[in-house]
Amino acid sequence: MNLSLEVMLQLAIMLPLLSTFAIVATGKYPNIREGVTITTCLCLIYLVVNLYQGLLAGQAISAFWWELLPGLTISFDIEPLGMLFALIASFLWLVTTCYAIGYMRSHHEKNQTRFYLCFAVAIGAVMGLAFSANLFTLFIFYEVLTLSTYPLVTHAGTEKAKKGGRTYLGILLTTSIVFFLLAIVSTWFIAGTLDFKLGGIFADDVDKTIAGILLVLFVFGIGKAAIMPFHRWLPAAMVAPTPVSSLLHAVAVVKAGVFTVLKVCVFIFGLDLLAVLPTTQFLLYLAGASVLLASIIAMRQDNLKARLAYSTVSQLGYVTIGALLATSSGVIGSSMHIAMHAFGKITLFFCAGAILVSLHKSKISDMRGIGRQMPLTMIAFFIASLSIIGVPPAGGTWSKWYLMMGTIETEQFVLMVILMVSSLLNIAYLLPIPFHAFFPKLMSFKDAEQGVRPSSNIENTYTRAEIKEAPLPSLIAIVVTTLGCLMLFIYPQPLFELATAVLTGRE
Amino acid sequence: MIAHLPILQVILPLMAAPLCLMLKRPQLVWVFALIASGLAFVVSVLLLQQVMTTGVISYELGGWQAPWGIEYRIDKLNAFLLLIISGISTIVLVAAQTSIEKEIPKDKHVYFYVLYLLSLTGMLGIVATGDAFNVFVFLEVSSLSAYALIAMGQKRQALWASYQYLIMGTIGATFILIGIGLMYQMTGTLNMYDLSQRLPEVAQTRTVFAAFAFVVVGVCLKLAMFPLHLWLPNAYTYAPSIVTAFFAATATKVAVYLLIRFTFSVFGVSFSFTTIPLETLFMALGLVGIFVASTSAIFQSNVKRLFAFSSIAQIGYMIVGFSLTTVTGLTATLLHLFNHALMKGAIFLALAAVIYRVGSVELTNLRGLGRQMPLTMAAIVIGGLSLIGVPLTVGFVSKWYLLIALIEEGLWPVAVLILLGSMLAVVYVWRIVEVAYFKEPLDKNVIVKEAPLSFLIPIWALVIANIYFGIDTRLSVQVAEAAAQSLFGGAL
Repeated sequence: MNLSLEVMLQLAIMLPLLSTFAIVATGKYPNIREGVTITTCLCLIYLVVNLYQGLLAGQAISAFWWELLPGLTISFDIEPLGMLFALIASFLWLVTTCYAIGYMRSHHEKNQTRFYLCFAVAIGAVMGLAFSANLFTLFIFYEVLTLSTYPLVTHAGTEKAKKGGRTYLGILLTTSIVFFLLAIVSTWFIAGTLDFKLGGIFADDVDKTIAGILLVLFVFGIGKAAIMPFHRWLPAAMVAPTPVSSLLHAVAVVKAGVFTVLKVCVFIFGLDLLAVLPTTQFLLYLAGASVLLASIIAMRQDNLKARLAYSTVSQLGYVTIGALLATSSGVIGSSMHIAMHAFGKITLFFCAGAILVSLHKSKISDMRGIGRQMPLTMIAFFIASLSIIGVPPAGGTWSKWYLMMGTIETEQFVLMVILMVSSLLNIAYLLPIPFHAFFPKLMSFKDAEQGVRPSSNIENTYTRAEIKEAPLPSLIAIVVTTLGCLMLFIYPQPLFELATAVLTGRE
Repeated sequence: MIAHLPILQVILPLMAAPLCLMLKRPQLVWVFALIASGLAFVVSVLLLQQVMTTGVISYELGGWQAPWGIEYRIDKLNAFLLLIISGISTIVLVAAQTSIEKEIPKDKHVYFYVLYLLSLTGMLGIVATGDAFNVFVFLEVSSLSAYALIAMGQKRQALWASYQYLIMGTIGATFILIGIGLMYQMTGTLNMYDLSQRLPEVAQTRTVFAAFAFVVVGVCLKLAMFPLHLWLPNAYTYAPSIVTAFFAATATKVAVYLLIRFTFSVFGVSFSFTTIPLETLFMALGLVGIFVASTSAIFQSNVKRLFAFSSIAQIGYMIVGFSLTTVTGLTATLLHLFNHALMKGAIFLALAAVIYRVGSVELTNLRGLGRQMPLTMAAIVIGGLSLIGVPLTVGFVSKWYLLIALIEEGLWPVAVLILLGSMLAVVYVWRIVEVAYFKEPLDKNVIVKEAPLSFLIPIWALVIANIYFGIDTRLSVQVAEAAAQSLFGGAL
């Protein structure tokens, strides 16, 4: 095939959307339907990789679709940060689809056609968002992403799902329309353009107070970045089936949020302006508070998915901090953390789903000793936890390294301490899960406090248990993402190059 | 023929109305009315084209010269309105035959079409004419037929709703008449263009002030502007569904047109907005209207009534844009006029389809309809998203312009309030979504089928228009901007 890169760029956005027709048409034959999804995933990866190579070769790739209002266009332009996001999202879509096939079938979920359809639309929106050339295009796909994931969150159709969906949609729509849209309109009014430009689009003599207020509006308005106090939607979204939580609420949706924050910081404000705004410091502390508080709340959750959700809130704070630090290491750290956290957290969610499907357990307190039954899953859980915490041999090490560097360079020692404490908290809420899974006799902190010893019959129960891993497609997905975590530690070079290129423009 | 377009616009439906009586067979009458309305639409398209290329068209009725005879004066503003009214009327009529089968007794079908066409004539006449007294005449034509149409509703409350509207509407019309009379007394002319030339000379008299007050209050009554909106919810709720769809998309728009025409063209910007603090007053009333009506909408259990309140809130947005007295503000109002007609047309037609299949539009009747009538409910959802102002729908376009207009004037707090107001829309739209998609049907044994094609085609034509004009904004923005600019140019 000899497609020009421009065509590929547009295809990358259209393909997932077009596949929805095929998904609906083949809805009655699950195998063909899933075949359609997998084929689309593969084609998408092919396209994105080609685009990636085009970008590496230093080609300018852009496309123009439509002028909606005078000066406001829907157009696309590829730059390293968007490329990074698109690469992660398209690759993890394939893995998640693989996982979802095993999960959805063994969990006997209903309305699977709708599920795959909305999933495809969401990925199309992510591609559009990643490649958008201006804030306006980004906003459109941002809203499409919100609306297309609503049916996924409420998939179960129960009262609880409805309530979760209400919070989800309520917060995401309110923040995006009240703050984000207002910030966009104001930016348009002040700067006269919404195009992403390295170094920012505001004039040098822009009123610092107004720009500072705009920054606050942006950070609050991008509700998908889940900065406290607008984080409630993320735990609420956990009522969704696990594949949704893993791809959308550990990768696509939340990363769309922090990606947008990064985009706004680097390409709308520009690092130089960002560093002198009066509100930057306030937002940094807010994000820091978000990191710490969410970690603390995560420790108190007994539901595994809820704990992971709060952990995500906390990790998203890292990315926001990196962006707001307004230094190159901050931005590099943030960009890398988008990738590292994506692989780590998706693995953790996959594991949570696997445990639910095979052993029907969702509470952490019930998970003692399950390492005997699901050894692979729990090993994967352990490695992914290491990546989230940020210790070798997992990829999270690098991004946290750069984030730390950023705080030191800018002499934000309070934030440095916050990041370190939070890493300790990560250890405290993640590692006990695999430990207790393999060594059920170990005491938990809580038991130790109360002087309770785990009853001796736990061992008897579990030694006899047979290995009962998740369905094969799901297991493959878990293994793939876990290897991803390790690979990103050993071979972070391409990722690092992309992240550094964010600030230098096209290579 | 081309030279007579302005009068054809009005005369076509006017002549068609009595002819309906001769045809007798409802089916035939329906086709005939549809053709008449369709022709009116074609005329309005031609008119708009002509106005956009050659400028204002002046047509002298019966060849009598302007200040003495009646003049029809088509400029960008009313050409735009004519297009909206005749277009919506035609689309709505497509579904009329199926809808009234269930809602109106067979022997009244012919009368329904007669009244419908008369009402259409009235609205087109109000907009097309350049004569102040003619405005009043057509206002009465459209109102009287509207009262009768509303009274045709299935339930007994329809009579009461119609009566309420009759009283309020008559007060409004009388006020307008008194206002026109006072102006005539001061200037000796009824021609609007002539009035706009002569009024400034006598502007500082109490009589002109009184005339202004009577006209504005009268128009606001017809407009259902908060707090003069009390007639509207009942009228919309109890009228036959087709009538609601038609009126919700057009009737209040005509009143907005009158408001703009009288304040901007006849009395002039400097009189209306500097001598009298209309700006502040309208801004405040518009905002209060948005919040009060949206909040009331949230607590309604009848979906038609819910969207009736939503209409009052949307009028609030138009009033806020109007009150800015800037070109951008007025553009936003005119855009919203067009866009709101598309949204509410789609939504109320979809509700008509629900009534056709289910018999009622209480929220509980909508349970499970997301599965049973997927296309109809999808139309309501898309219409709702447009109301909220989600990008790629028309609602976003008008909201964008309104925000820009507010920020231009430095009115940041108002911009925030406007956005908060649209959050209330999220709440009332989502109440419907949750009931339709998450609740099981009340009685599982009753099988509800998707609406027939005669509904689906017009509904989806409007839904697609909602999206199409949300993406391709050239037509609507260009016309609205040109109209707004010409109003500030002072040229009538």
